[in-house]
Amino acid sequence: MKKLKIGDLEKIREKVRRTATLRLGKARAKVTVHMGTCGIAAGAREVLSALLKEIGKAKLKDVIVTTSGCAGLCSREPMATVEITGKPPVKYGDLTATKIKKILHDHIVKGNIVNDYALAIGSERTH
Amino acid sequence: MQDLSLHILDIVENSIEAGAKKIKIIINENTKKNILTLQIKDNGKGMSKKTLTKVLDPFYTTKKTRRVGLGLSMLAQATKEAEGKFAIKSKIGKGTTVAATFVYSHIDRKPIGNMAETIIGLVAARGLDVVFIYTHNKNGNGFTFDTRYIKKELNNISITHPDVLNYLKKEIQKQLKSIGVST
Repeated sequence: MKKLKIGDLEKIREKVRRTATLRLGKARAKVTVHMGTCGIAAGAREVLSALLKEIGKAKLKDVIVTTSGCAGLCSREPMATVEITGKPPVKYGDLTATKIKKILHDHIVKGNIVNDYALAIGSERTH
Repeated sequence: MQDLSLHILDIVENSIEAGAKKIKIIINENTKKNILTLQIKDNGKGMSKKTLTKVLDPFYTTKKTRRVGLGLSMLAQATKEAEGKFAIKSKIGKGTTVAATFVYSHIDRKPIGNMAETIIGLVAARGLDVVFIYTHNKNGNGFTFDTRYIKKELNNISITHPDVLNYLKKEIQKQLKSIGVST
């Protein structure tokens, strides 16, 4: 069995170095995609993949993507929580690849919460 | 769950929640012996013997957010449907190993699914602090994707950088194709 050969990794490394982006620890926004069994079964992986792809396309360097377990609202999965420094977290539900792209551009880039998809702002208020 | 790559993602998320820092995913496809095996091995906090007896009960969970724990029971069910076997071993403080076998050609055996998407999703979300080692063999041909090696090669560039993730995803897809795994 062979080890995965990463022939062009050096090129990628140099390309990334040129654009001077060390993403470690300097994030402005964090997106947590809920990856419990319920979320995965409802399509959370597709949402995560679409989000990663869009972040790459938009060349965003200050957005961290992570995952968590079930948030306890299985019927509204796939869900994601968006946290922007200094702002209350916003939970979004019933997500699709298209919806997460809109959230990325409207909320994370422009700072406008996408009310149509939002389930809750902060830990208490809902709308 | 539509395919095995989603089950794997689910079980690995359990490993991460159990505090695992190293997670191995091993898939072996042997069409001659008509068997598919998958193994997920972590070094998380492990489970007691008492907990282990309950993990396949869908109404048992250690989580506080809900009252069901479906991940392991759904994988066990998927093996049963394909005349396979499911096994789980765990030791407190050492980790947990989940193993599943399937009759390869069984009509109810779920497809492998998109492993590249599963692995890159995990690396994107947890690659900074968790080591992922993914080995995939098919009929004697195979490859291993090891984030320790990749991080070393990247030399201070984050493994979660979008360009890196995109590149790694394509590499995994290429490798899977080269050993004859359809995704």
